Amino acid sequence: MNPLLDIRELRLELQRTRKESVAVLDGLSLSVGKGETVGIVGESGCGKSVLSLSILGLQPNAMRITGGEIWYKEEYPLHDLKPRDIRRYRGSEIAMVFQDPMSSLNNGLTVGAQVTEMFRLHAGCSRAEAKERAIALFRKVGLARPEALLKEYPYQLSGGMRQRIMIAIAISCNPGLLIADEPTTALDVTIQAQILDLMRQIRDENDTAIMLISHDLGVIADMCDRIAVMYAGQIIEEGPVDAIFEEPRHPYTIGLLQSIPAPSKKQEKLFSIPGTVPGLAERQSLGCRFAPRCGMAVKHCYTEAPPLFGASPGHAARCWLLAERGGQADAIVS
Amino acid sequence: MNYFVRRLLTLLLTVFFVVTLTFAAFRIIPGNPALTILGTEASDEQIALLEAKLGINRPLPEQFIDWLRGAAALDFGQSLRFSEPVLKLIGDRFPVTISLALLALTITIAVAVPLGIAAARSKGKAADMMISIGTQLGLAIPSFWMGIALILVFGLVLRWFSVSTYVPWSENPYLALKSLLLPAIALAVPQIAIVVRYLRTTLLEQLNLDYVRTARSKGLKDHSVLFRHVLRNALLPVITVVGINFGELLAGSLVVEQVFTLPGFGSLLITAIGNRDYPLVQGMILLIAFIVVAVNFVVDLSYRILDPKIRMK
Repeated sequence: MNPLLDIRELRLELQRTRKESVAVLDGLSLSVGKGETVGIVGESGCGKSVLSLSILGLQPNAMRITGGEIWYKEEYPLHDLKPRDIRRYRGSEIAMVFQDPMSSLNNGLTVGAQVTEMFRLHAGCSRAEAKERAIALFRKVGLARPEALLKEYPYQLSGGMRQRIMIAIAISCNPGLLIADEPTTALDVTIQAQILDLMRQIRDENDTAIMLISHDLGVIADMCDRIAVMYAGQIIEEGPVDAIFEEPRHPYTIGLLQSIPAPSKKQEKLFSIPGTVPGLAERQSLGCRFAPRCGMAVKHCYTEAPPLFGASPGHAARCWLLAERGGQADAIVS
Repeated sequence: MNYFVRRLLTLLLTVFFVVTLTFAAFRIIPGNPALTILGTEASDEQIALLEAKLGINRPLPEQFIDWLRGAAALDFGQSLRFSEPVLKLIGDRFPVTISLALLALTITIAVAVPLGIAAARSKGKAADMMISIGTQLGLAIPSFWMGIALILVFGLVLRWFSVSTYVPWSENPYLALKSLLLPAIALAVPQIAIVVRYLRTTLLEQLNLDYVRTARSKGLKDHSVLFRHVLRNALLPVITVVGINFGELLAGSLVVEQVFTLPGFGSLLITAIGNRDYPLVQGMILLIAFIVVAVNFVVDLSYRILDPKIRMK
């Protein structure tokens, strides 16, 4: 299957001072197929959000892509486009939904203005036409009284309504890929479920691929076909959702799954992975980045960085333990 | 509507306080208008006679209430010095001062907004540094000195402007504008510096907010993001600063008028204070206080129109 989005060995560096820079993302490969939902999980600071921003060249100014490639539909080299050119793909081909619907919309402009500008920009619609389309779009994402809504301001609306508007804006031009960065984190649970339903409905109706970034494993399990687990700027395990949840291979993934509270184990103390995600400067330069927090680390882990080892078809983890179990080195990197 | 009534009452109260304060202060400080008019040679009887004639020997509360009663009917009395109605004297001079202040305000906005945007856009680059140095200078140079420098360069050396010839608007609007342009620039320079710095800060603040990232992720061009999304939000606090500074602008124009020998409020107020011309001083202060308070009122109103958040409350 030809991937819709193909990220190959991406390296993103943060310019610290004039001479010094550190890698934020390192050798990161990930692909998203047409209509596929890929989840990206990891603790805060592992680079998930920056990854999503860098696809459209929206990473902070001090960060630059210094290696690797990002291909969209196999013909558009997103990593190599001038700002002027990459703009054409933003919103039209690849659209984003951000975490906090309270701050991600402009409170100084009406909701209508913020939605219709998409049609005017990407579809060249007239004012009246854009308004028609916006109303139809509001109906589609389940927003009541769409006509009145056009004239209202974001701060007058609830969090759920705002996130529906964010999604409406994102899907306005029928993008092939929707990148959702923690789309439900700021919402309460019932609204969360509604927003996830809406995203599923959009995926099924338009065959939109979704890249869903979350630290909520429940949301990921619920939505995704495939999961990539990130740690310290790398993907350390990747595979089909069932494989990851039932047969996690990397000690970090195992730890993540164990730290989900289970109602049956009420009396026990909740598991947590010891230590914290290393800051950019504290990342292991040699060996496995997770080794200092890993309960299963051996000497070798500190001296040589593990490659991705295939565990089963489509399932791979960046851990030496798999090598000992007889996994084929670099099975998935092709 | 409740809001308007409240604001209007505050407005009147503020003006009343200013006027009361002025009245009290001028009766407390030494000096006697009768003495100033008659000279030091005058005998005590002559002074007493003139005091009685001018009505300044009556008890203070009586004088104050009298004055208030007149002011309420827009009669501010006679100038002690010029023997003319205060209203007429103010009417002659006021247009010069207010048009100078308004012209300076227009220049301020016309220059400061583009400069502020340019500074924010080129943050940390050469253009930003240049603007920063320029505003630093603008803040440091007093208006009167700026006025003298402008007269020297454009009036005496380049001879683009004829200095010290004021032409009223009613006579020739073009020449009137020309005669006010240099003083208005002198007045505007520090204001421009303030607004540029402030706008730069608010713009950079806004540019860091999440909605800007959203706007960019939509595929908008940088200038659409700036002008359509950011500028409106960034200008709101700037309006307040401009409004508050309008009083400053009026005070500044009193000084700059002197430098350019414009027949405005400046010279009249100085003469009036020097001569202890009570009615004239009070009338002028009343007007200035009223303008300053009214401008702030207008700023408040414009805020309510421009900021949807406040409008709804």
